[in-house]
Amino acid sequence: MNAHAAKVLGHAGFEAAAVPDPVDRRIVLATQAGLPRVSRPYHAIAEQLGISADEVMARLRRMLETGVIRRIGAVPNHYALGYRANGMSVWDVPEDRIRELGRRIGELDFVSHCYHRPRHLPEWPYNLFAMVHGRDRAEVEAKVAQIAVLLGEADRGHTVLYSTRILKKTGLRLGS
Amino acid sequence: MLMDSVDRTIVNRLQGGFPVCERPYAEAAAELGLSEDELIRRVEALLAAGTLTRFGPMYHAERLGGALTLAAMKIPPQDFERVTAIVNGFPEVAHNYARQHAFNMWFVLATEVPERIEQVIAEIEKASGYRVYDMPKLEEFYVGLRFTV
Repeated sequence: MNAHAAKVLGHAGFEAAAVPDPVDRRIVLATQAGLPRVSRPYHAIAEQLGISADEVMARLRRMLETGVIRRIGAVPNHYALGYRANGMSVWDVPEDRIRELGRRIGELDFVSHCYHRPRHLPEWPYNLFAMVHGRDRAEVEAKVAQIAVLLGEADRGHTVLYSTRILKKTGLRLGS
Repeated sequence: MLMDSVDRTIVNRLQGGFPVCERPYAEAAAELGLSEDELIRRVEALLAAGTLTRFGPMYHAERLGGALTLAAMKIPPQDFERVTAIVNGFPEVAHNYARQHAFNMWFVLATEVPERIEQVIAEIEKASGYRVYDMPKLEEFYVGLRFTV
């Protein structure tokens, strides 16, 4: 299993982790909406939290190493950049090849997320999910066709689900 | 917002790797051939225009100690609004999307403890009268999208 692989605990498929210690948790709360746009942003956070800047930076580096932080930088609004179509492509692929195939699809530059999820037979035969972004539906369809070619015979059926409406979007946030 | 080539460089090259050091904007700016002040001003403007939703650490939700799952429902059109209100009423529902498919409602549940996921699912099923199909991720094949402009 790689570093991102799920640890299956209780409820199947949960990736569980140790609860962050109270200082990390305060750093998360102080930075999850973004870094201050000032010359010394980590010092500003440190001052706000009443700890040293060295400690803030050491903890952020540690969270980067352990994968608690995926990356630090600009998070674009893909709609604003012209990527207005997003399709959730879902695929029925053989379970014994899913890791190899999932990795190859996850490497495609137009796939933002790629996950192995459980089937719910008979209604839901799909076990591989790949979110595909494009400027319009035609571009998404062309990219989905590329995935189908890549999968070849392993593609035993697929479909694309387009979102029609955002019903709720509050984002994932730690509560204070 | 009209982006010039400097904005595009910032969006394309700063989606990760922002340094952790005393003056990170100065360090990142030097790599891009900008001054610290200009980078800060540009990032601020890109945020104000909504081109960037955020500038900072992107956290891995499950590694913060909570639990997460994707769930789907098949709701007849005439009952869709009622069920939407029920589902959205749970604070554990982080996003909820209508999608074109028999499985027409897709939402992410995020809870502080794993056991709460199953409870929320059971509560939604009871209140709505429809089955919730739980689709937690079993494995992630994540590389990370870099949108280029």
